[in-house]
Amino acid sequence: MIPLSNYLIVAAGLFSIGLYAVLARKNAIMILMGIELMLNAVNINLVAFWRYLTPENVSGQVFAAMVFVVAAAEVAVGIALIMTVYRRRDTVSADEINLMKW
Amino acid sequence: MVDYLAILPEIALLVLAAILLLVDIRLKEEGKDTLNWIALFGLVITFVLTILLAQPGEEEVIWGGMLRHDWMAFVFRLVFIAGAAFTVVFSRGWEAIGDRGEFYGLLVLSTLGMTLMGAAGDLVMLLLAIETASIPLYIMAGFSTKDGKSAEAGFKYLLFGAMTSAVMMYGFSLLFGFGGTTDIYALADAIAAGNVPTLPLMTSIILVLVGFGFKISMFPFHFWSPDVYEGAPTPVTGFLSTASKAAGFAVLVRVMLVAFPSVTVEWQTLLAILSAITMTVGNLVALRQTNIKRMLAYSSIGHAGYILMGVAAASSLGVISVVYYIAAYLLTNLAAFGFVAIYYKQTGSDEIEDYAGFSRRSPGLAFAMLFTFLSLGGIPPLGGFFGKLLVFSAAIQADMVWLAVVGVLNAVIALYYYLTVIKFVYLRRQEGDEVPFPVAKSQSLAIIICVLGVTFLGVIMAPMFELAQKVASSFF
Repeated sequence: MIPLSNYLIVAAGLFSIGLYAVLARKNAIMILMGIELMLNAVNINLVAFWRYLTPENVSGQVFAAMVFVVAAAEVAVGIALIMTVYRRRDTVSADEINLMKW
Repeated sequence: MVDYLAILPEIALLVLAAILLLVDIRLKEEGKDTLNWIALFGLVITFVLTILLAQPGEEEVIWGGMLRHDWMAFVFRLVFIAGAAFTVVFSRGWEAIGDRGEFYGLLVLSTLGMTLMGAAGDLVMLLLAIETASIPLYIMAGFSTKDGKSAEAGFKYLLFGAMTSAVMMYGFSLLFGFGGTTDIYALADAIAAGNVPTLPLMTSIILVLVGFGFKISMFPFHFWSPDVYEGAPTPVTGFLSTASKAAGFAVLVRVMLVAFPSVTVEWQTLLAILSAITMTVGNLVALRQTNIKRMLAYSSIGHAGYILMGVAAASSLGVISVVYYIAAYLLTNLAAFGFVAIYYKQTGSDEIEDYAGFSRRSPGLAFAMLFTFLSLGGIPPLGGFFGKLLVFSAAIQADMVWLAVVGVLNAVIALYYYLTVIKFVYLRRQEGDEVPFPVAKSQSLAIIICVLGVTFLGVIMAPMFELAQKVASSFF
């Protein structure tokens, strides 16, 4: 059987790629996709831990299902907000959305 | 059998949100300001019902540990509902939000999320509660779609919030792996039984702290708050800086004290250092702000630093000080953003310079403003002073004298920029400052309640202190 650690390594790698996308990308849509990758890493972690550690207890699966719900809601609101900004400014680049600065 | 009285506030808030959305459909364009009254009365009724019927009893656990019905949950519920009610008052007549049913619906749903945050006893519930509170706030911050700054504020808030909450969820998933349970109260034993080494445990605590730190705008996750506070409609800013921040602290206190007793010393040190940096950064940068909303944003970062001192103390007095500070801070900051909202509606300006001559236009409002800013600065005998006194003594009691010294120095810096605003209000003059300044009755009443509340917290400490003691007794 595949050891638990393999799943965790995949999840950690996915999480890092997502975090890199969020920090390095300028396009708001790409940032949202990076966040999705991070959330998928969370789900891999949760399901792997559930299967290997507490298969008799459903709480890990429920947790993963809730993360899906949250991810969907966040993207729906995120796209809507990006749309309002795009309509006003004709850009979705996080660099150019800078009316307010320190 | 679920004790329905225990979740009465949540039920009432949900019903109120549904009523607001349904009534909104039926109302004609000119009658839309009825929504404001419905929201306000609904929240006031919920507040009263909570005090009368939803006080914590013998049974603390609801829904198999999903929620806790203790004094912590009770006090913070009152804080959130009060914050929402004041926000409704100051939203009255505000362009593009004051007559929108969705806005009030979102506000009430966000409050519902916060009440659940204060009560959550399980990581799954905590995650859902945090998102229920946050997602409506993203929309509310970007609600004035015609105002470019507001849209930008919502956009930045969402991107920052979604990222930090993803990091926090990753931390949750690791904690679930270490403990094999999602119950916060069972997690401590499970971690102790599993002999989890300190390093991985601290790593996941730091990941979780990213999400909590975002909510309370703790350094280094405070970058969003000046931009979002400046861009969001002012009533929303008031809500963000008080209720949303208080919700973050409720979660922080509960999770840290309950789930991680095995590494208390480590997270205490971490939070103490972050607290010192947070308040110093907030107060120093606030010094050079010219926009009052931005200044109050940095000042609220500073206040987050003070409150963190109480959390870092990890003692009974620490929890008491956190609760007391938050109660005083809620009333003062809501009033402060109330002035900014009222002033902006009349003059269309948020610049501190434009407050010149305000005391001649409205002596009463200017006097209330003086009171509020002195309380924010921590001048006795106002509520803000006792809040500071308690957090400093909690830090000293926990052998962190250096932190208390940093706190006192910061309080002096903070007083300078609060008094700068007062200087413009009272000493400077500008053209046209004889024109009287009209204020809606409901809004002046709200300001009076805030000012009286702050004075009450400063002069008569005992009732609030006893309530805070009850909160602390559910942890120690």
